[in-house]
Amino acid sequence: MSPNASKSTAARKPRARKGAVELLIATRKGAFRLKSDPERKEWRLRGPWMLGQIIQHVVLDPRDRKTMLLAARPGHLGPSLFRSTDKGKTWVEASSPPAFPKVKGKKGQPGRVVRTNFWLCPGHASEPGVWYAGTSPPALFRSEDGGDTWKSVKGFNDHKDYAKWTRPEDPAPPDGATLHSITVDPNDARHLFVGVSVGGVFESEDAGKSWAPLNLGCAMDFYPGEDHEYGHDPHCFAQHPVDPSRLWQQNHCGLYRMDRAAGDRWIRVGDHMPKAIGDIGFPIVLHPRDPDTAWVFPMDGTSVWPRVSPGGKPAVYRTKDAGESWQRQDRGFPGSQGWWTVKRQCMAQDGHEKLGLYLGTTSGEIWASRDDGARWRCIARHLPHVYAVEVAGVVQ
Amino acid sequence: MIVHIPSPLLSYTEQVTPVEISGGTLREIVQALDGRYPGFAFRVLDEQGGIREHIRFFRETTPETDLGASLGGAREVHIICALSGG
Repeated sequence: MSPNASKSTAARKPRARKGAVELLIATRKGAFRLKSDPERKEWRLRGPWMLGQIIQHVVLDPRDRKTMLLAARPGHLGPSLFRSTDKGKTWVEASSPPAFPKVKGKKGQPGRVVRTNFWLCPGHASEPGVWYAGTSPPALFRSEDGGDTWKSVKGFNDHKDYAKWTRPEDPAPPDGATLHSITVDPNDARHLFVGVSVGGVFESEDAGKSWAPLNLGCAMDFYPGEDHEYGHDPHCFAQHPVDPSRLWQQNHCGLYRMDRAAGDRWIRVGDHMPKAIGDIGFPIVLHPRDPDTAWVFPMDGTSVWPRVSPGGKPAVYRTKDAGESWQRQDRGFPGSQGWWTVKRQCMAQDGHEKLGLYLGTTSGEIWASRDDGARWRCIARHLPHVYAVEVAGVVQ
Repeated sequence: MIVHIPSPLLSYTEQVTPVEISGGTLREIVQALDGRYPGFAFRVLDEQGGIREHIRFFRETTPETDLGASLGGAREVHIICALSGG
């Protein structure tokens, strides 16, 4: 058991949010915002910001509720980050975006180059101005000035095992291997997690200076042998904000939960999903106040991995008992010929008492539920390929 | 030197193209452009100093990949955005 398990005591339960909700939507061709009325019935689409640019993530800082960061990469140019301090009215490019240190290597051995800024994460509530960014190739960067300047987190990026933990030169999976799911323990600003494509989940208890893999119990169907220390493919990792000793992940090879008090070993709760549906997907969303409740969006992981809704029938699956059982929620979704793919940053919750859930598809639709997933309706369509859906000011 | 700016970079030059700037090599020209238009260089060169994947430089009408090569008597440089796919 990690020493951290003992200090991950229950955090204060957040109060339910009320009123209008704003979604920040990142797409392959620009960013959009969807704002609701106070009842979350009517939605108005605005945008785009930065039409034509590949936007991976847009996040509003929950600490000041006005600073916004946006990760952009036009098809032709290098990747960059843009900041807004007026909720998106105006944008200014970061003066020093995430970049690896320049290396004077031997000929033919150039240093690493950031291809994409993939994941943005505000820092701990006690550290205003601190942000983290995850990139492709997989690397972690930190800003201490609200996202204007960024430095490499050397403890991870220059770790002696970095070459074993990551596949920096491997463009797979689609859109490149990434560092994602950056998570800051709500009880401890120094306690961090990251997910790495074909690398695994990694944990730091000293603000990123040192790191250790946290993957035992996870399957690696694409690699011979059992119980590897690293090399796994987490798609989305999450730590529960009320019970930080409870961890979840939707992995390339199944759906898992870990309770640190019971040991640092993942339990495949996806075994309790219907066999015809399986437990493969990208996103996982946690209930902000109930550590036993979570939602996933299963996709077909059979044969050649179509990674669309099984049978063309989209559905969310919810657990209310920490993964011991799962209930299908598909009311309002197409009953057939709905071949949806929902990426890892494309599912979110809004913190309301009757929880609002949102998902975005690669086919450019946004769907919403305002009753814990019981009923769904489409609130925007005809958008470009959706890369991320965030609820403004809500940490997922 | 007259430098022709492609459309994805016009937001840096206040929509102006071409621009006139001093420099005896492509590297010097990019550095000078970055001095006048902060952030310009990182969009066309990576942090290791390499030319980005979809960027091409032309000295007059001749492709140039050596950032340190003398531009000799050239009067114009073209920065081209080459991209495939949608």
